[in-house]
Amino acid sequence: MFATKSVADDLAGAAPVKGRSLWADARARFLRNRAAVAGLIVLLLVAAFALIGPLIAPWNNEDIDWNVLGNVAQGGRPSLETGHWFGTDALGRDLFARTVQGTQISLLVGIVGALISVIVGTLYGAIAGYFGGRIDNVMMRIVDVLMSIPYMFVLILLLVVFGRSLLMLFIGIGLISWLDMARIARGQTLTLKGKAYIEAAVATGVRPFTIILRHIIPNLLGVVIVYATLLVPSMIIYESFISFLGLGVQEPLTSWGALINDGASEMNNGTLWMLLAPLFFFVITLFGFFFVGDGLRDALDPKDR
Amino acid sequence: MVVYIIKRLLIAIPVLLILIVSTFILMYAAPGSPFATERGIPPAVLANLQAQYGLDQPFHIQIWRYVVGVVTEFDFGPSFIYRDQDVNDLIGQGFPVTLTYGFWSFLVAVIVGGSLGILAAVRHNTWLDYLAVGVSIGAQVLPNFVLAPILVLTFTLWLGWLPGGGWQGGQWQFVILPVIALSTSFMASIARISRASMLEVLTSNYIRTARAKGLPMRRVIFRHALKPALLPVISYLGPAFVGMITGSVVIDIYFSTGGIGQFFVASALNRDYGVMMGITILLGALTIFFNLLVDVLYAWIDPKIRY
Amino acid sequence: MALLDVTDLTVSFDTPDGTVKAVNGMTLSLDPGDSLAIVGESGSGKTQLAFAILGLLAKNGTAGGSIRFDGQEILNLPESKLNAIRANEIAMIFQDPMTSLNPYLRVGDQMAEVLMLHKGASKRDAFAESARMLDAVRIPDARARLRMYPHEFSGGMRQRIMAAMALLCRPKLLIADEPTTALDVTVQNQIMELMADIQRDFGTALILITHDLAIVAGSCVKTLVMYGGRVMETGATDDVFAAPSHPYTRGLLNAVPRLDVPQEKLETIPGDPPDLTALPAGCPFSPRCPASHEPCATTMPVQEAFGAGRLRACHAAREAVA
Repeated sequence: MFATKSVADDLAGAAPVKGRSLWADARARFLRNRAAVAGLIVLLLVAAFALIGPLIAPWNNEDIDWNVLGNVAQGGRPSLETGHWFGTDALGRDLFARTVQGTQISLLVGIVGALISVIVGTLYGAIAGYFGGRIDNVMMRIVDVLMSIPYMFVLILLLVVFGRSLLMLFIGIGLISWLDMARIARGQTLTLKGKAYIEAAVATGVRPFTIILRHIIPNLLGVVIVYATLLVPSMIIYESFISFLGLGVQEPLTSWGALINDGASEMNNGTLWMLLAPLFFFVITLFGFFFVGDGLRDALDPKDR
Repeated sequence: MVVYIIKRLLIAIPVLLILIVSTFILMYAAPGSPFATERGIPPAVLANLQAQYGLDQPFHIQIWRYVVGVVTEFDFGPSFIYRDQDVNDLIGQGFPVTLTYGFWSFLVAVIVGGSLGILAAVRHNTWLDYLAVGVSIGAQVLPNFVLAPILVLTFTLWLGWLPGGGWQGGQWQFVILPVIALSTSFMASIARISRASMLEVLTSNYIRTARAKGLPMRRVIFRHALKPALLPVISYLGPAFVGMITGSVVIDIYFSTGGIGQFFVASALNRDYGVMMGITILLGALTIFFNLLVDVLYAWIDPKIRY
Repeated sequence: MALLDVTDLTVSFDTPDGTVKAVNGMTLSLDPGDSLAIVGESGSGKTQLAFAILGLLAKNGTAGGSIRFDGQEILNLPESKLNAIRANEIAMIFQDPMTSLNPYLRVGDQMAEVLMLHKGASKRDAFAESARMLDAVRIPDARARLRMYPHEFSGGMRQRIMAAMALLCRPKLLIADEPTTALDVTVQNQIMELMADIQRDFGTALILITHDLAIVAGSCVKTLVMYGGRVMETGATDDVFAAPSHPYTRGLLNAVPRLDVPQEKLETIPGDPPDLTALPAGCPFSPRCPASHEPCATTMPVQEAFGAGRLRACHAAREAVA
């Protein structure tokens, strides 16, 4: 009795503890992670490059600079005077403008792919995990089967059969990307299912889909965000891979993969900038996403390592 | 164990059939004939061509012929573009090449990556650990299509040590760069996975028990920690295999090695459906088979898996 | 001569949140064949004390002071020298039997390797002896069980296997760290009986680490009460239980539910376990101690002997006598 009172006094006397939400806590942890913050800044700069680039580029990405055509190795060098800040490509088109354009496409593909995977994968995984039993078995078996197919070939098949277009690229990449997310979401749902608040919701007669949408998915969010951040770079890699093979977006549109391919094929001619400019943006963006993803994981799930 | 393997094989068969049928339907649904691109073909000749390849038959006959051909004789039918060769010939040319550098790449990725990861974990927070972490982070942003030009730039154009392409019947100089380009990112992933899992295993209670028994560190690691630490690596082998098959396309294109990837891209660009289908199905079957192998390996190592 | 002499032992860990001082100057001594219970709440440093003896501290941990075993200094001994002592002379049973056996190796292989390593036994002999030992801890059908994996056993069975494995080399000292905490109550009793039998049959000295006073009463001759990495009091178990001298011991004993006295509610010790990164300069228990007064928070009381071979470290208790 005495004890209880003194504890209560202690609590009353103590300064009110400022309630910190999970997210505020995570933000503080994230901001303490220097690599993650640096990654975030890099990503913001790349995004700014993609958005502001078209406004400040002296050249259009489609126009050919007839002055340098035929003499790209000399006249097409990066220079401030000609306005070709990154030089030109083999056809005399301004590489700065093309890199800006490629960055837009690559980022778009990455983000759209990740978004599809978040929406489809999370729902699919949450439903499979929540209902369990036979439904879960069948649903996850389908994922297993789809995963064991060399999907890049199927994607290329799709692109060939239905024609190459940005939309097809999104559909193709989105079709593949949700598989991993579904597995992760299912695993998390299985652990959530045992939690008291879910059981309470079930006991009070909340309908299953309401439980999934209101209770399960919000709690999956942390893991989903982390994984989505790590998915963006792999989507970018997929797209670049396809574009590298010449099966991605079509000229005059371009992407990092296509630019890297162009640069790589001109390597012998002493025009290294054609490779290095897109490569630079490709590499720093991937680094940025990986560091931000790692930082988010550490911030949202401190138990993990 | 035998029952388990048979059971898995029985599951693999319908999956494979679904793959074949759906690939075929996709191709069948594709707009336009494979010959439509060749302008100026008189209708009579076109009809003749269609008949020659059986394309004038109703759908169910076509698909039945195709599936039976694939299943009973491994016959993937004719190529629509390489007129004098059928799909089997092309696969016969390209597949040994792909298999050769694919095999070496896989070996390098698993052995180098695995040992690097394990060593890094055992020597946690030493220069070796930092090196392994640095390599695996660096390799994440260098997928094969980025690494390949960099390698050629360095070893062919600047140093002049190795040829930048070609195959020459698989002489070692021609194999090295493709193998490095293909294996590096997987090596890094395997290093990362094995390091993380080894670190986790080393903090587990049963490793403490092993140390409390007075076992020398070497024995603790090799006998008690290695098996569990490698389990996540084994789970990764399936995806790695798929990734390498996919990556082989880049290798074939960039190094002109002449593997099946080269035929695949060429056929994709030329709408040569026969070749595309054949290669997709072949690789799909390989993947399914490999995943089966991985599952069996996993079950063999982990006594907790009941089969 | 004492079998184990721990003098002024300190254990601390470097963590991102500061230095965690788990053990802060512990002294204890144990004779051959003796049994000692170390009692304390979680976080009192009792497990780290055990790990320090066997050199099993986590990598960020450092230990100071002295631990002499059989006349030999073993604290911070290089791993290669410690390995000759581990399991061979000092063996340990861990808290969680579910995770303390390697799930990927057969029980027989895990047991036999101890004998092959320390006694140079052949594989055949090692397995035969392992089977005998499983018999001794009352695991039926021991020979066949050697070929099984840990997940095929229940928790209580696994703890028996751990005990059997620990005893293979007939160690002089057995340290049991909360051997019953993870087990069902009925199984707890069986394991404690097993501990007593082991002690009697093998003449092994026993250190039993626990937070459960009910277990101590029947199983150990001596008891040591720990708090905040320090010894609060020690003495013969019966004396400590009958006439606890330290306020913390009294608090612990009051917190045990009793059936013989009608009780309205269970007493608790107010406050939280100590923050090991910021211990008070004086007695670690002083912030929670009902008898705490002026010197307690600033000066650590010295250990003083009293009664029949008892020791305590408490200002209040000493003043009460004086």
